[in-house]
Amino acid sequence: MTIELIAGAIKAILMIVLGLNLSLFLLYFERKGSALIQDRIGSNRVTITGLGKRMGMPNLGIINTTIADPVKMFTKEDFVPAGADKFLHTLAPFLALFPVMITFVVIPFGDSISIAGHRIGLEAANLNAGALYLLATIGLGVYGVALAGWSSNNRWALLGGIRATAQMISYELAMGLAIVSVIMTFGTLNLQEIVRGQGGVWFGFLPRWGIFVQPLAFILLLVAGAAESKRIPFDLPESESELIQGYFTEYSGGKQAVFMLTDFAEQSLVAMLLTTFFLGGWQVPWLMRDGFHLPGGAFLAVPALAVSILGVVAFLVKVVALCIFLGMVRWTLPRFRYDQLMRLGWKGLVPLGLFNVLLTAFVVVATGRVQ
Amino acid sequence: MPPFVYIFLGALAVVSALGVVVQRNPIHSLLALIGTLMTVAILFIAEDAVVVGFLQIIVYAGAIMVLFLFVIWLLNLQVETGPTGHLVLKFFGSLGAALLVAELFSILARPHLQVKFTRQPAGYGSLASLAGKLFTDYLVAFEVTSVLLLAAVVGSVALARKLPGTDDPRAARDVAS
Repeated sequence: MTIELIAGAIKAILMIVLGLNLSLFLLYFERKGSALIQDRIGSNRVTITGLGKRMGMPNLGIINTTIADPVKMFTKEDFVPAGADKFLHTLAPFLALFPVMITFVVIPFGDSISIAGHRIGLEAANLNAGALYLLATIGLGVYGVALAGWSSNNRWALLGGIRATAQMISYELAMGLAIVSVIMTFGTLNLQEIVRGQGGVWFGFLPRWGIFVQPLAFILLLVAGAAESKRIPFDLPESESELIQGYFTEYSGGKQAVFMLTDFAEQSLVAMLLTTFFLGGWQVPWLMRDGFHLPGGAFLAVPALAVSILGVVAFLVKVVALCIFLGMVRWTLPRFRYDQLMRLGWKGLVPLGLFNVLLTAFVVVATGRVQ
Repeated sequence: MPPFVYIFLGALAVVSALGVVVQRNPIHSLLALIGTLMTVAILFIAEDAVVVGFLQIIVYAGAIMVLFLFVIWLLNLQVETGPTGHLVLKFFGSLGAALLVAELFSILARPHLQVKFTRQPAGYGSLASLAGKLFTDYLVAFEVTSVLLLAAVVGSVALARKLPGTDDPRAARDVAS
């Protein structure tokens, strides 16, 4: 009992720290990776002692983006505009961050391991209704953004808030439909079971990952997830050229930093969801519990603990790769127009999602996988 | 569920429900309503009605309340500065409220209606059992409701649709009716 409690606490903290650190990585990529993509130099000034510079190492801007930037933001004045609803203005950023942070707990990041005779699953919360929990918390993310826009007493902020609300509600539907077809494929709401269901191979070489069964759902969740996290090309709610900064125009200092953190955390959450549902979560291709079964019959034994560690590493590699992919999309595509955004959501993704659910239902019934 | 959790959540639900009524700012009332819905959802989940609890969060707290938010924004409802309404209206209003409370008490005071806690078997509120009931015992009601909702969706689209060549949505409504 005690060891499970301690393990649960450690896992919960681990998941939140992972989410925060992925956000930090995304912040770094946002500054330096965008510079790489756009053939700029990017932040390269701040050093702590000047040691690296004297040794002739190039400044990668790590201290700039991961230490100097956040410190700057949190030490700036926290300004509340006149006529704003002070209570809601303060509450809104945390109302936006909270649902994202609590969603991380259901993501499985590894297979279960044994410690002192106890089997401990490597996910902070092994919920039987994990997918429902996911949809519930994602649905609550609207309020922080909407109330930030409303409580600022600023027209641009309100417009940004309304845009964000309409956009998130529209794309939640497509996201939900994509997740429904995955649930139907694997026959469970438990995310750990969904990842387990992606173990093994087809035809001797192809991993049984969700992306090979549900390619359409993968694309749907990718697009809808990018729209949910309000990144370019879906950053209508904060489009600088029209709305100053959108729903968080009137925010400064730490509260603005919380909004930025929310965006990055949402982006890493989308990467984690795509990994869990479609890229096999912690599954390493051809790795079983006893070792690698390579295509062609070759076998390579791996100790049990190393299998668990490889699983966690595989999960992280997949998530970071997807994060980088989402960041590259952000710095490549231009922003949609609002009518294009709505048309894509309601006339493109939702019908496609419904079609995919129907198709999945037919296949599930035809292959006789219904209890 | 330990009794103190039940009492705490119940008290929280009642306090937020009161907040819906006494707040003068419509947005604050809405937030209090979301609080009530969330607390009731947590009560559902704690009592093993997991699917009902999560559906309450997804559908009511996550979607319908956003609709309320839009209505408040688009109607531009203002903060109430003082008591409104005619005196006669208020008199009959309070009379009606008192009658309702009296009726509620007279019903709930009967001994055979008092709440008894019974243990349901494990998995009682799971998605599988809910879906089993929905698609066997209540299949007709389920299908009829779905057709009704579809008709409502088509109807609202038809009412809101602009005909090509006209800028006035009312023209489309006249054609539709």
